[in-house]
Amino acid sequence: MSLSSRRRFIQKSSTLVAATALPGAALWPVLSQAADEVKLGLLHSMSGTIALAEAAIVDAEKMAIDEINAAGGVLGKKIVPVLEDGASDWPTFAEKAKKLLQQDKVPAVIGCYTSASRKAVLPVFKANKGLLYYPTYYEGQEEDPQVIYTSQEATQSVVAAMEWMAKQQGKTFFFVGSDYIYPRTCNKIAKATATRLGSSVVGEEYAPLGHTEFSSIINKIKAAKPDWIYSTVVGGSNVAFYKQLKAAGLDGSKQKLLSTVVSENEIDGIGKDNAVGYYACMGYFQSIKSPENEKFVAAIKAKYGKDRVVGDPMECGYNAVYLWKLAVEKAKSFDVAKVIAASSEVEFKAPEGLVRIHKTNHHVWKKVRIGRARADGQFDIVHESQLTEPNPFPKL
Amino acid sequence: MSLEIFWMQLFSGVSYTAILLLMSLGLAIVFGLMGVINMAHGELMALGAYVTFMVANVFLKIFPHSVDTYILFAIPIAFLVTFLFGMFLEWSVVRWFYNRPLDTLLATWGLSLILQQTYRTVFGPQEVTIPMASWLDGAIEPFAGVQLPLNRIFIIALTLLVAAAVYLLFFKTRMGLQVRAITQNRAIAETVGINTRQVDMYTFALGSGLAGIAGSVFTMIGSTNPGTGQLYIVDTFIVVVFGGVASIMGTALSSFIIAQLQTTFEFMTTSSYAKVLLMLIVVVILYFRPNGLFSPKVRS
Amino acid sequence: MPKDFLRKSWWVNFIIIFGLLLLLPMASPAFRVPLYGKYLSFAFVALGIVLSWGYCGILSLGQGIFFGIGAYALAMFLKLEASSPELPDFMVWSSVEQLPLAWLPFQSFSFTLICIFVMPVLVAFPFTYLIFKKRVSGVYFAILTLALSLTLTVMIIGSQGGTGGANGITDFSSLLGWDVASDEARTRLYYMMLGLLALCAALVQYLVSSRYGKVLIAIRDREDRVRFSGYDTAWIKAATLSVSCVLASIGGAMFVLFTGLITPQLVGAVASVEMIVYAAFGGRTSVLGAVFAAFAIGWLKSALSEEFPQGWLFFLGGLFLLVTAVLPQGISGLLDYFKKRPTVTGDSQ
Repeated sequence: MSLSSRRRFIQKSSTLVAATALPGAALWPVLSQAADEVKLGLLHSMSGTIALAEAAIVDAEKMAIDEINAAGGVLGKKIVPVLEDGASDWPTFAEKAKKLLQQDKVPAVIGCYTSASRKAVLPVFKANKGLLYYPTYYEGQEEDPQVIYTSQEATQSVVAAMEWMAKQQGKTFFFVGSDYIYPRTCNKIAKATATRLGSSVVGEEYAPLGHTEFSSIINKIKAAKPDWIYSTVVGGSNVAFYKQLKAAGLDGSKQKLLSTVVSENEIDGIGKDNAVGYYACMGYFQSIKSPENEKFVAAIKAKYGKDRVVGDPMECGYNAVYLWKLAVEKAKSFDVAKVIAASSEVEFKAPEGLVRIHKTNHHVWKKVRIGRARADGQFDIVHESQLTEPNPFPKL
Repeated sequence: MSLEIFWMQLFSGVSYTAILLLMSLGLAIVFGLMGVINMAHGELMALGAYVTFMVANVFLKIFPHSVDTYILFAIPIAFLVTFLFGMFLEWSVVRWFYNRPLDTLLATWGLSLILQQTYRTVFGPQEVTIPMASWLDGAIEPFAGVQLPLNRIFIIALTLLVAAAVYLLFFKTRMGLQVRAITQNRAIAETVGINTRQVDMYTFALGSGLAGIAGSVFTMIGSTNPGTGQLYIVDTFIVVVFGGVASIMGTALSSFIIAQLQTTFEFMTTSSYAKVLLMLIVVVILYFRPNGLFSPKVRS
Repeated sequence: MPKDFLRKSWWVNFIIIFGLLLLLPMASPAFRVPLYGKYLSFAFVALGIVLSWGYCGILSLGQGIFFGIGAYALAMFLKLEASSPELPDFMVWSSVEQLPLAWLPFQSFSFTLICIFVMPVLVAFPFTYLIFKKRVSGVYFAILTLALSLTLTVMIIGSQGGTGGANGITDFSSLLGWDVASDEARTRLYYMMLGLLALCAALVQYLVSSRYGKVLIAIRDREDRVRFSGYDTAWIKAATLSVSCVLASIGGAMFVLFTGLITPQLVGAVASVEMIVYAAFGGRTSVLGAVFAAFAIGWLKSALSEEFPQGWLFFLGGLFLLVTAVLPQGISGLLDYFKKRPTVTGDSQ
């Protein structure tokens, strides 16, 4: 072999060997785990466009972990969170889920926000028999055996909200949503519910994710003059939509609007004066008056700053950690199959009130609340239901 | 469709024209003069928006009584900051790429990623709230049932002002003359004694400053978060490419056509289909006029 | 056989790189191998970009479209196989009553293969031929492709019932009865893919070393002169780009095999521009550089996001700046510099 090509051989081979060795080196710190510790996976987007929503959920989950550790841990073991970044990219979610289950061998993962990220990781959890706690409201139509859904599905949000709106002079509805699965599925359910209640849908508009020009849609709304607007516009578009509604004279005092995707965190970005007077349907509001909630909110503010607001997904993430702990203690084991079996009917006194995991369908009994946004960014709770049974496959 | 809705739709089209024009003016100037594709243009708009956010907060804390006037200060400050930043960018990165437009495209794309992540790290991944000046709240109602939002009227007025200023700059000042000379023939312009390096730097800075104004003004109608820039960039490019490079007139006309088509399609079908239809029309027209609507004959 | 193609040094490098890639699974835990497969699926795309951009000067920011064609084609086939005889799950909860017409032919594997290999040509060639005939310049073409990839993404997301919408298509189990979901199966697929990649790399190297390659370089550097010499440059450019699109499509299909999903994010503008950087990093005129760079960047992405999630975008942005400003010839150019080999000049435009 000549001198120059040997040099090249060394250069190239050493690079590729280093490329292989480094993942191995990265493995080392993770493989070791003390005997009195148990790892809990947290899989959320910490970068990218969805970090908007998910970063706050991680904060709440971490706080729950700290609280549980301070009280002695789970089955005597301290929880060590393993945080992985899904980077708002669904294939990355699948990749990180695999890493958490196969490399870190975590007994449970709390994660995902968008339905797309959840769908991407489901096959990974199925193949590796993992356990996922999903803390975000979603459209239902799913009941995966490896997942426990700690937030409301469509009947606990959309159907309940439609029924309430119909009672509040809701004869005509206008649906506006971002163009992807959650709004489309919710609108399908909402439409069927409206028909059942004798109301009509006078408009159904979708804007691409990230869209910011709503003037045409708003003009259509003005032409249709609906009693209620049901909004499933998400993300940055939300801000544009609300601002433009207000500028067009359709603010909260003149037009009734309800959303199932706007919590205190979103109002922070939208601007309190743009959202005041609009309604939201959630399981949790920061303004709930209960000793558990007051303690919870105070703890969040103490840990993360007094300007922090707390929204539904944050609270459901917090609940997820506790629901896992309770199921583990009931099963007296970290084994996934045992924990899932033990989860049935586990109850937790959450900040939103009592929640109970359903006997069979992996969702949670919870109360449905409707709130009206105040000028200070908090919600006045105008309606609170009884504990509502989850039903991810409603008959429409 | 009632008459009121017709007027409001027309107004929507005009206001969207203003928005597109404001966004694209800076890009068209830079692209036309220097052949530089600045994929970080969106992030410069975001910079203008974040500067506005900071100015608003300063007013809220230090001059709470005059908080309503903040926007009048924020816009020039945003212009200044992005102008200076653009100058810095040109000097440090862009000037190495003249006559290599495809490389500029990639390099400025990289720049946009870095800027996005910087905003995320400095301001956080969430949206930042920017208060609306109360005198821009609400709408005027020239006829019954026709509401024209005040902030959009403000945007249209501002755009006209900016467009007029840019026109005067390019056609009535010495600097503008130099820019036009360089656009037509860079080599000869240099031999005549024009300092092309300096003109390039100022022009890029101007383009950035215009982006800053656009970003500052959009805080009134949209959201400000690290990803804001990416939302606007492709639309802006379509407008510029469609209008024909090196032509302010072309950019204006292109903004108008695209805005009207978009708002009309949106009214007739959904926003998603509107976007797709618009793209197809643009592609077809570009096929027949590949250099855009107004393509001046320049010697390259 | 072109002289360049038989050059010993290239084949030595070829054996080194593919040899190392071949041995890699033995030095890694089983669950990492599908990741390697994912990284290398982008190598196919990078190969195509080396051909069309590095050698022919056509910058397409829409390779995601063709990546998507191959990926969605295979995904549809795999989904049908996994769901049959029922409808795919996402159709059920989008209230689609029966299989859309467009899905029916994907029940056949041969059709799917034809789709992956032939459809990119059918889509790309006529369109780009007409555009190149109009002498649309590089910059306009790039922006146009960028806009088209964005448009396609919007269309896919909007057609939830037909394409899975923003969620994409996930959850496959087998290909023609052979398991594709487990790590062992993916390790077997890895070796097969490596063979295919080696073949494609050799093919592209053959093309660029031949007389055809010389014409490409000439078109990249002075297209008008080539035209004056009697060549139909529009035809040649369109054909080259079509080959590049087929390679992207194969890459998409591989991606689906190794990750078990496809989403519209991979079709869009951001992904398409990222694919360019794979080729640029390796050296836009280096075939083997493309393979190395795709692997290296993919690996770095996973490693960095584990340690520094905030850092990935900084790194990627910096990479773009690096390969355009400092290292226009990429890694291979760097190596050539150290060995003082004359490089194939790769001025883009």
